[in-house]
Amino acid sequence: MNVIVCIKQVPDTTEIKLNPETGTMIRDGVPSIMNPDDKAGLEIALELKDKYGANVTVITMGPAQADKILREALAMGADRAILLTDRKFAGADTLATSNALAGTLRTLDFDLIIAGRQAIDGDTAQVGPQIAEHLGLPQVTYVEDLEYIESKTFRIKKSTEDGYQIIEVDTPCLITVLSSANTPRYMSVGGIVNAFRKEIEIWGADKIDVDELKLGLKGSPTRVFKSFTKGAKAAGQIYDVDASKAVDIIIEKLKEKFII
Amino acid sequence: MNFSLTREQELFLQMIKEFAEKEVKPLAAEIDEDERFPEETVRKMAKLGIMGIPFPTEYGGAGGDNILYSMAIEEISRFCATTGVIVSAHTSLCIAPIYEQGTEEQKRKYMPKLCSGEWLGAFGLTEPNAGTDASAQQTTAIPDGDEYVLNGSKIFITNAAYAQVYIVMAMTDKSLGTKGISAFIVERDTPGFTIGKKEKKLGIRGSATCELIFENCRIPKENLLGKLGGGFGVAMKTLDGGRIGIASQALGIAQGAMDETVKYVKERKQFGKAIAQFQNTQFQLADLETKIEASRLLVRVAAYKKDEKIPYTVDAARAKLFAAETAMEVTNKAIQFHGGYGYTREYPVERMLRDAKITEIYEGTSEVQRMVISANLLK
Repeated sequence: MNVIVCIKQVPDTTEIKLNPETGTMIRDGVPSIMNPDDKAGLEIALELKDKYGANVTVITMGPAQADKILREALAMGADRAILLTDRKFAGADTLATSNALAGTLRTLDFDLIIAGRQAIDGDTAQVGPQIAEHLGLPQVTYVEDLEYIESKTFRIKKSTEDGYQIIEVDTPCLITVLSSANTPRYMSVGGIVNAFRKEIEIWGADKIDVDELKLGLKGSPTRVFKSFTKGAKAAGQIYDVDASKAVDIIIEKLKEKFII
Repeated sequence: MNFSLTREQELFLQMIKEFAEKEVKPLAAEIDEDERFPEETVRKMAKLGIMGIPFPTEYGGAGGDNILYSMAIEEISRFCATTGVIVSAHTSLCIAPIYEQGTEEQKRKYMPKLCSGEWLGAFGLTEPNAGTDASAQQTTAIPDGDEYVLNGSKIFITNAAYAQVYIVMAMTDKSLGTKGISAFIVERDTPGFTIGKKEKKLGIRGSATCELIFENCRIPKENLLGKLGGGFGVAMKTLDGGRIGIASQALGIAQGAMDETVKYVKERKQFGKAIAQFQNTQFQLADLETKIEASRLLVRVAAYKKDEKIPYTVDAARAKLFAAETAMEVTNKAIQFHGGYGYTREYPVERMLRDAKITEIYEGTSEVQRMVISANLLK
């Protein structure tokens, strides 16, 4: 079984500062981590490795420094790591990113592609589903748990707003995973030592199977109109009352603000 | 000369800091209070390769080095010195002498299970009448056929109650003095070997420190470690390495007390302002911080030299002396900064002071370190 996990390096903070002129994030001085949903996805892949001997490949697209999370993934137990880095990828929105990743995946063998649900820096939850669409694969999003039930089939627990769905899906397929799915393992000491003895494969745009016009800024239809830090809201009020009283209070407040 | 961390060291620190914060810190107060050996933490460390960091993979080790090992002991001891010394005694005092001075058969037999943490290791040198004067060994090992027969007792043995393998020093020929001491590998279930009373200690209260008792305990001859009569050398060389572990432990305790103090002085208000705003606080913290960083550099130099196979006896002595005395000073002042709260068990600094004291005593007292350093200076 070949499992490929798409991971992203993200700034480790909830207080991301933005450059007011460009509207982009200021990454300097902010520690970078493996995106939590992606890390949970990697854990699922590594559990498949433990149980069924799956071969686990991790891929990230980003600057050269993003190899740090690939080393971390290798130290946790991944077998192979690919860093997609090229000036031609720069300025990519989710569509151009998913095109680059899909172009890479086209050149690799896989039974299962795992992505995190969304990255904590962008929160779009678009890249995983877009990859599945580019590759024409069945996809299951918001995965909490996964079980390999027979040759080529997974039984998946998918989280929904009001509960769970249990879905069976045949391989090859793509899933997006929630960070609540598991507690990712620690890197092992031996894994860390070995991670620096393995080579991280560096791939540029020439190595992947995609039209270059679909990459980077050229391939990105999204334009950021404005980025801003959310203003602080006044503290809310909490009423500890029964439901009928709560309804009265809500109606009264809505009337006060001329909403109804 | 390069003082930057390598990328491997950075990644290792990321792992060990997270592990210490999530797995070691939550148990620290409880295992101290209950004098309980943290078996569950040892199992978790074993799974991650922390019980065999500086040994080659061919013997089951993690393939790391003494710098990583030193960093691990430091980060673990920042929260729990008990857990730190369990790893240190196991690694430096039991696996290291087998690796450095054992035969190929001994390494193959013992190292994989010790490095994987399936077995825990201990070391027996100290006796009721042989402490700093380790040459005054009274435990004897008399050859008899294919065996040695051990009689005597060892005291204050870290990990004793949970270990499966012990490095034990005994007199094979009293007439030769220190040259009559030999080292042996003793397995837990050997008939005639029992674990005696558990000590009630001031600090590192979870570490299961006990007596080892040998009554006509028969050890196969192939369990002689090093040469016959070479045991004193085995012990001294082992303690040189052990001092890197204990210096790292002391450094961790000091850093842990500093972290607690920095947090506290920013929060605690007296006379209308945070006590961090008083210059007395600032100047004292600056002095302590400088000593902690100096300890760290001394420890790293000793570990580096051990890795590079450069003689490091004096470096390890300096590191242990300075880090241990720094740990005592920092923890003592940490309590002073915390005032009355610091004297209670609501805050961890009183435990840190109790834990720090042993670092000036075991694996060579501070006086012994001064002897080692000055002997080298005045030779």
